Amino acid sequence: MSNEQVGTITVKRGLAQMLKGGVIMDVVTPEQARIAEDAGACAVMALERVPADIRVHGGVARMSDPEIIMKIMDAVSIPVMAKCRIGHFVEAQILEAIGVDYIDESEVLTPADRLHHVNKHLFKIPFVCGCRNLGEALRRIGEGAAMIRTKGEAGTGDVVEAVFHARTVLGEIRRLSNMPEEELMAYAKEIGAPYELVKETRELGKLPVVNFAAGGIATPADAALMMQLGVDGVFVGSGIFKSGDPARRAQAIVEATTHYRDPDIIARVSRNLGEPMVGRSVSSMPENELLAVRGW
Amino acid sequence: MPGDGKIGVLALQGGFAEHIHRLTAMGVPCSEVRLPGDIIGLNGLIIPGGESTTIGKLAVTYGLMEPIRQLARTRPVWGICAGAVFMAKQVQTSQPVLGLMDITIQRNAFGRQASSFEADLDVPFLRQYQNGQSSPFHAIFIRAPRIESVRAGIDVLARLTDGSIVAARQGHLMITSFHPELTGDDRFHRYFLDLK
Repeated sequence: MSNEQVGTITVKRGLAQMLKGGVIMDVVTPEQARIAEDAGACAVMALERVPADIRVHGGVARMSDPEIIMKIMDAVSIPVMAKCRIGHFVEAQILEAIGVDYIDESEVLTPADRLHHVNKHLFKIPFVCGCRNLGEALRRIGEGAAMIRTKGEAGTGDVVEAVFHARTVLGEIRRLSNMPEEELMAYAKEIGAPYELVKETRELGKLPVVNFAAGGIATPADAALMMQLGVDGVFVGSGIFKSGDPARRAQAIVEATTHYRDPDIIARVSRNLGEPMVGRSVSSMPENELLAVRGW
Repeated sequence: MPGDGKIGVLALQGGFAEHIHRLTAMGVPCSEVRLPGDIIGLNGLIIPGGESTTIGKLAVTYGLMEPIRQLARTRPVWGICAGAVFMAKQVQTSQPVLGLMDITIQRNAFGRQASSFEADLDVPFLRQYQNGQSSPFHAIFIRAPRIESVRAGIDVLARLTDGSIVAARQGHLMITSFHPELTGDDRFHRYFLDLK
């Protein structure tokens, strides 16, 4: 068909728009992927190890074995995402070649480039990238990211950093919205963001792409907290399959994300979920173990 | 009454905010639907794009299936992409569906995200919204479903150039496998609001 175009900015950003109000769950096996889909996940992140295990395992964390990702793609009908290392454009090319639906250029893996991220405009597959503040979000969008997630601190089960990063980004957008136009260039310089995107964000009153929260969400209440703060949806990594009853917890987090403004429903789904993931408080961690600082 | 003559937008998951935004810009009163009580008094319902398995699961858990079927007897309902899958009678995968439209639909029929596309559609039936002219509708397809077969009494509204059916109408019920809410073109929204 002559008039069809693929890989456009609209279809890349559009898939993220269809994920909104949903929960994207980390899975390491086809069985986990099916549990996530049955629980109502709107997408899964296919991994060899969840972030909590990456922390325990140590060493260099790389893109997962394509075989594992492909088996997960075969197991479910919902979109499948997979992670490449920051700046590792060949891992991204591999993920595009096997046909994943979204690539997460992720700080959870060990960065491959100390200065540069992947040029995401070159790919037909859309990318999601992490951020801690507005400048970082707009730099990633400038490089072609079609979706943003605030980083939080992955693999901890501690929501404190997810809250901090979401409040930072959303607070900076609120400040920007009230800024007179003549101050935008200096502000763009201050936060290290492309001027045109600063201007667009001010006009929209929000990021030009969908913005999820990630990194430390472990309970239905955590998910609803992030939604009430104003994000479009949530990633839950280690929080589900490191808990006592993953299927039940997964469904409860999905329901709390949909009904995030309804405390009666959140209370009901929070009952009898079994053990949450054990978790580690971020304030007790040495600085060299923090993942969120990766990304430039 | 909660709905009170408004157009409801099913807000369980997916691209519902875009429809609320569009309807509001058109001056049409609208509200989000998450629970059965939200459906009372609605004048019509939009089921947005998203993940059909997620939307179906939540609709079953929160008792929305029968109230939506009841509403669809007398009021217009429009399903977009996942919403179209959810409205179909037959889907190849096993998942909850409303069974409102007598069609067979294939999920992700054009492939995964790398095959998501934009295309221009001929839409002569929309010429009333353009002073009698009919310019193509620029349609956005995202991991889109395709309508594989339609039974008697269903009007095919739009096809791709290869013949694939991507929009259909059965009385006051309508489905599109693409996303008019992601474009600046409100002709499909106006057509829906005129369905009787």
